[in-house]
Amino acid sequence: MSETFIEILRRALDEELARDPAVHLLGEDVAAGGAFGVTRGLAQKHGAQRVRNTPISEAAIAGLATGAALCGLRPVLEIMFIDFATLALDTLVNQAAKYRYMSGGQLAVPMVVRTQAGAAGGAAAQHSQSLEAWFVHVPGLIVIAPSSPAEAYGLLKSAIRLGDPVLFIEHKRLYTMKEAIAENAELPAIGKARIARTGEDVTLIAYSAMVTSAHEAAEQLAAEGVSVEIIDLRTLMPLDMNTIAASVSKTHRAIIAHEAVQNGGLGAEIAARIGDKLFDELDAPVLRVACPFAPIPFALELERALLPGAGNIVRAIRAQLH
Amino acid sequence: MFSASHSNAVTPNIATQEASSRAPNAPSPEDLLRMFGTLWQIRTFENEVQRLAAAGEVPGFPHLSTGQEAVAVGVCSQLAHEDLLFTSHRGHGHVLAKGSDIESTFAEVLGRESGLCRGRGGSMHLVDAAHGVMGATGVVAGNLSLAAGAAWAAQALGSKNVSVVFFGDGATGAGAFHETINLAVLWKLPILFVCENNGYAEFTSREEHSTVKFVRRFAEPYEMAASTIDGNDLLAVYAEAGKAIAGLRHGDGPYLLECMTYRLAGHFVGDAQRYRSKEELAAIREKDPIERLKRHLLQSGVPESDLDATGERARRAVLDAVERARASRHPDPAGVMEDVYAAPWLNAIDG
Repeated sequence: MSETFIEILRRALDEELARDPAVHLLGEDVAAGGAFGVTRGLAQKHGAQRVRNTPISEAAIAGLATGAALCGLRPVLEIMFIDFATLALDTLVNQAAKYRYMSGGQLAVPMVVRTQAGAAGGAAAQHSQSLEAWFVHVPGLIVIAPSSPAEAYGLLKSAIRLGDPVLFIEHKRLYTMKEAIAENAELPAIGKARIARTGEDVTLIAYSAMVTSAHEAAEQLAAEGVSVEIIDLRTLMPLDMNTIAASVSKTHRAIIAHEAVQNGGLGAEIAARIGDKLFDELDAPVLRVACPFAPIPFALELERALLPGAGNIVRAIRAQLH
Repeated sequence: MFSASHSNAVTPNIATQEASSRAPNAPSPEDLLRMFGTLWQIRTFENEVQRLAAAGEVPGFPHLSTGQEAVAVGVCSQLAHEDLLFTSHRGHGHVLAKGSDIESTFAEVLGRESGLCRGRGGSMHLVDAAHGVMGATGVVAGNLSLAAGAAWAAQALGSKNVSVVFFGDGATGAGAFHETINLAVLWKLPILFVCENNGYAEFTSREEHSTVKFVRRFAEPYEMAASTIDGNDLLAVYAEAGKAIAGLRHGDGPYLLECMTYRLAGHFVGDAQRYRSKEELAAIREKDPIERLKRHLLQSGVPESDLDATGERARRAVLDAVERARASRHPDPAGVMEDVYAAPWLNAIDG
């Protein structure tokens, strides 16, 4: 049976709430279902004490989740938009990320911060950002960005069971995507990328909603006789360099595609690592497809003009091959 | 006491029965003498930090609680071992008063392997989970919501433990303070907010950083129970904290205890304190909490020789612990990547 991204997230949370009494959900409107309906019905099923609404107080609720995680709960905090995580940065960056290390291994923060990111439908500059690179830069945090409903199901469950603070980034454009999940499938290991499509001529590295664009681009290029291998990173911190290295050693070309701005983005890190470790394997410079360095505009034609998509990827791959 | 293993969450021992059966606000003469000794332990500890910092032996920025000891001792003497404590950058006294080992605490301030946090945290980040010391943050007001989270966990897990957070009046300038007290009242969390109002936010006087003279006033719109007391009067702190904590255990919801006190030291070791006059500093010394408790104990008939002996034992215990800490092992640089994450392979990745 196929389910939407939202329904599958709800199923994963429902099952984790049932499995482990330490799991608690909190966030703005979560008892009422949350802004996108992910948690709908969970407060009724698991009790108002385990699925709790909070005030619009990102700094305090991030700290509340962190402190509770230190003392025996496994909180899953919803930050409605990643743009609002700016208000919780002290807790996420200075406190949660560093607790295990600063305490010399005495304490841990088994907490998941679910948040929603990316541009779609005119959400404009303060509700559309892709800020994952900020968090990838902080030792102590794990950053996950699933590309599909089935991926989100397993990755969210793995994240809740992990034992370290996780930022779990859901792309709003994927929320209506439908997919069936394999029953009783093994949960994915954190830190393992996935070969989403096998190919021979170029390695296309993507994550989150950009994996959909990658598939579109690969289809177009297949018609031109170009065989594209797609790597879905799944986890941005840690990066699965082994999977990247194996693929690039086969195709000898690499392109990284993400919706975040290119400047200081994750693509730069991946390109640098490929340059460091696989220089001799490369037949062409590593290229990046990313957002131009501007805020996300409101008007839909402007939003479309700015966002990178399948067309940008196709053009980049053609350029790299010729 | 601490674990260098990479296990998942280390959950502190959370008691499920009444933590303490003693009368909350009537200290016995033995209790008072013990507290007198703890005041001296903290004072001596801070003096030693100052002395060794001046000698270049203490890394970083230690912040001393000299002069504010009665707040730490009065409040922590009302806590059970399993109660959860969060402190700030000025936390040495709270940690010692909660029962942490003097040598391990000093070793952490010196950055040694035998320190509470194996030298990874330091003066501003003391953690001693075995004694319920759940953390200290160097970012002003950053500890408040963590402490509320600990109280939420205690509430959710059905324990009678309470959470206590110490902070200075400077923290009331942060949004996190206001967000947290609203949440604590809303969720009726068992948390004691202890504000050490020492009249200064770092170098800036209260008059210059807030139009609200007493921190207690911030509790009013949220309808949180609160009081302001003389924080240099150990008996007052002990009595008021006892009442507040009994209320928390009873499920009455959070409490804000404002303790008016004075820093005898600067904001940090090396602060020249150009913002305070000689007269002001002299007046502060008059209000020294140790001298005040001494006067009280003498008046209540405790022989001066007993007080002197207690003070001397406390000082000697600290000085000996400091010498052992100074002689203890430095961390092995090979361990610098340990404990970033639970999984060992993550502590060895490129990044």
